[in-house]
Amino acid sequence: MSEPMSLLQKKLEAGHFVVCSELGPPIGANVEFIKKKARKLVGYVDGVNVTDNQTAIVRMSSIVAAHFAREEGLEMIIQATTRDRNRIGLQSDILGASSLGLNNVLCLTGDHQSFGMDPGSKNVFDLDSVQLIRAIHDMVHRGVLLNGKEMKVPPKMFIGAAANPFGDPFEMQMMKVEKKIEAGAQFIQTQAIYNLDKFEFWMEEVRKRGIHKKVYIMAGILPAKSVKALRMMKTDVAGMDVPDSLIERMEKCEDPEEEGVRVAIEIIERVRKIEGVRGIHLMPVGWEKITPEIIERAGLYPRPEVE
Amino acid sequence: MIVGQQKKAEEIIKMLGEGWESLLIVGCGTCVTVSLAGGEREVEALANLLQLYYGKKGKKVTISTDTITRQCDFEFIDDIGEKIEDHDIILSLACGVGVQHIVERHPQKIVFPGLNTSFYGATTAVGEWVERCIGCGECILDRFGGVCPVARCSKSLLNGPCGGSQDGKCEVDDDIDCGWELIFNRMKDLDILDKLLVFEDPKDWQPYRDGGPRKLVNKEYYDE
Repeated sequence: MSEPMSLLQKKLEAGHFVVCSELGPPIGANVEFIKKKARKLVGYVDGVNVTDNQTAIVRMSSIVAAHFAREEGLEMIIQATTRDRNRIGLQSDILGASSLGLNNVLCLTGDHQSFGMDPGSKNVFDLDSVQLIRAIHDMVHRGVLLNGKEMKVPPKMFIGAAANPFGDPFEMQMMKVEKKIEAGAQFIQTQAIYNLDKFEFWMEEVRKRGIHKKVYIMAGILPAKSVKALRMMKTDVAGMDVPDSLIERMEKCEDPEEEGVRVAIEIIERVRKIEGVRGIHLMPVGWEKITPEIIERAGLYPRPEVE
Repeated sequence: MIVGQQKKAEEIIKMLGEGWESLLIVGCGTCVTVSLAGGEREVEALANLLQLYYGKKGKKVTISTDTITRQCDFEFIDDIGEKIEDHDIILSLACGVGVQHIVERHPQKIVFPGLNTSFYGATTAVGEWVERCIGCGECILDRFGGVCPVARCSKSLLNGPCGGSQDGKCEVDDDIDCGWELIFNRMKDLDILDKLLVFEDPKDWQPYRDGGPRKLVNKEYYDE
């Protein structure tokens, strides 16, 4: 095993159960927006993802926003989608990110541009996520670019991939996960989990295949603050599995925000007990301020320190 | 074949503009005849419609028609060469290739496109066509059970599906089948799923448009 590339990797290798969160960059050039959000997370998380034009909506670049958040003292995970940049742009960004001290990357295909506000734009998809993972792996661990050119100073990146335990057909989705690992993925962040039975089944399959021994798996947690948000995820978000029982529970409760926190904590407590789950990835879309509370109440505060 | 769709009459009228007295509408007897967009029938119907429109406006114009076998061969364009020269403007109901081929043969003529060239497709029902190939220049169907990931996955992914498909439908539109699910099911039926575990290298897009406009020469036949 080579040198850890990042603090996040060090913590995982030291056996800690890690906590990651997420930060959405602004639609605009507001640096203080990022810094303010970042400051609230310091000390509560081991890594923070910065989305890359999520749902195909123009926002401040993931790398630049991550750079500003890092200045506030956070360990960052940049996201790279293959929708907007070709192999030249993506590799160039990896070199730039690494040189800024951003050493974790989550490789994604990216939502189709038809989801966003620029459906008439031309997509790229020169590479797919598996090819991007392999390209970054070769840059980092072999010191070569896709075109074979050797670098004197290769980038340092801890490489991540996404997985959807609820996607179907099951076998096809599992195959893709295995290809990502084969290509060089070192950690996995899953789609948001609400259907725990299905997630446990997925993890069982993961263990059968020995996947949990090859990568660090972080379970996706998306705290919902209203029944409306849950319903929207069920119907409008691709690849989400929201059980009706949960929607009913949110409908009946008196304080939906409090109930949303409770649900998130229950899910965290359950996934922590699953063999092979090495951390959580909190994605409080539009509710980022709730992150510290959830982490404290879930008994995950303070976060461990590593050398 | 090439599937085309006729432009709306308003757009055509706006495009044709003013300052002409004679118009020749040229149909194409091959692909766009099959896709019911630019064959003899469509040419005549459009001519009648335009005749009616300009008549109502009190504008004196001559509108003639002709449908040739193929607009992508000079041989057929030359059959109506004089007729083209005799008219002020030309409206081609062929694909974009046909329009430009007339332009090349008649550099002094203004030739307008009457169709939108949609895609390479197959007929799936009367009046319905679907895209099956994007002409990437390097066929890889052998590795995907005969279902093309480049043309049939909205993201042209080569190493498996994205996370966005649901119930076999693409995240872009419920009308689109997930190309990867089609590939997966077919290869499962053929019992060759293991082939899908092979890492697919990034595709060389040079044989596609990324090597610049394409030209093909078959030396066996080409002289000069």
